[in-house]
Amino acid sequence: MVTVRLKVNGVAHEGRCEPRKLLVDFIREDLGLTGTHVGCEHGICGACTIMYNGEAARSCIMLAVQADGAELVTVEGLMRDGKLHPLQEAFRDHHGLQCGFCTPGMLMTALDLLRTNPTPSEREIREGISAVLCRCTGYQGIVNAVRAAAPILAAGG
Amino acid sequence: MKPPKFEYHAPTSLDEALAALGRYGGDAKVLAGGQSLMPLLNFRLARPAALVDLNRIASLAYIREQNGQVRFGAMTRQRTIEFSPVVAQRLPLLKEATRWVGHLPIRTRGTIGGSIAHADPSAEYPAVLAALDGEVVARGAKGERVIRAADLFQTYLTTNLAPDEILTEVRLPAMPAGAGYALEEFARRHGDFAIVGIAAMVVREGQRCKTARLATAGAGPVPVRLRAAEEILEREGLGEAAIDAAARKATELVEPDADIHASADYRRHLAGVLTKRALVRAIGVARG
Repeated sequence: MVTVRLKVNGVAHEGRCEPRKLLVDFIREDLGLTGTHVGCEHGICGACTIMYNGEAARSCIMLAVQADGAELVTVEGLMRDGKLHPLQEAFRDHHGLQCGFCTPGMLMTALDLLRTNPTPSEREIREGISAVLCRCTGYQGIVNAVRAAAPILAAGG
Repeated sequence: MKPPKFEYHAPTSLDEALAALGRYGGDAKVLAGGQSLMPLLNFRLARPAALVDLNRIASLAYIREQNGQVRFGAMTRQRTIEFSPVVAQRLPLLKEATRWVGHLPIRTRGTIGGSIAHADPSAEYPAVLAALDGEVVARGAKGERVIRAADLFQTYLTTNLAPDEILTEVRLPAMPAGAGYALEEFARRHGDFAIVGIAAMVVREGQRCKTARLATAGAGPVPVRLRAAEEILEREGLGEAAIDAAARKATELVEPDADIHASADYRRHLAGVLTKRALVRAIGVARG
């Protein structure tokens, strides 16, 4: 067993697990943060995407032990003062989700896309979110949501 | 699925990593960005006795220019390469190829050393290494050796790295100023592994072609330099007839296998189509 100390959404946590424990399972089972979803468990579907030291990463193909000392943000960390994050607002307003399974991964991926490319073209948005599979929306609502959120985030919203 | 049990080592120096690797006599795997190895562990297709994780060895992540080369520490992330001004200036082909490597959240973790050591024939970085005739540095118990791209890749997912060696550095010769370049790829979805990809570089002097470079991804068990196709351009110039002849030659040079994604014939066809597209685009952006 190994000890893992890390910060998630600004809160310090400590847990013990086997080295083979996947980071996503540690987040969900040991920390009780079930907003991050487990889909394919081999880095294809993107549902488990989190922010890892400020960058989007797949938590199903990382080990919890690797995150010792890291700072993570999960979907639970997006709300501020009881208000949805502007990107979450945009997903709601533009029908960027139906069943919601891929949504945490879509949000985290779009956040890193907009952080590194604040004014993406539609093609760049499509390329960015191609990292995450959605089986409901046909993607158009998600593309619309990301496009709508971009100027709000760029303006510091 | 979940990974099987393994012992886990996270050394902070290369010497410690080599010592840990040496203790398992080939039963340990080196963990770099994990974007290929972790899926293999989750599927239990790989069942190593131990993992030696390089992620805490800070000295393995760097980009520096030396002796006309750009040298990358093996643990340099693909995302770092994507935004590196040195890469944009000296190795624009690598920058373009990086956009095709997996997806954004894959590139934040994936490394240049890991991608090359994994040696997936449909991956982009091995094709660029072959096209630019780069080399890698391997460290083992017996010391350090430099391996040229042509000698590194043996077959599917297999390099000539020994089990107790670690790939520590990737060296790519800086592209000549004004060189044209393009990476053309066909995949079912952007970011998926290439069905076929072609990396091209062209150094032109008017309509003459001083140097042509062409290498494949996904068109055989290893990335292939298409030397005979390059020679057509170097001999006959950069006109349409020479481009068509080089593209036809490319279809003859590749030896693709069939799999669930594409037949061998289709891959051979794509090699020609993509060679032509890559050359037209590379010639279009070449200066000189």
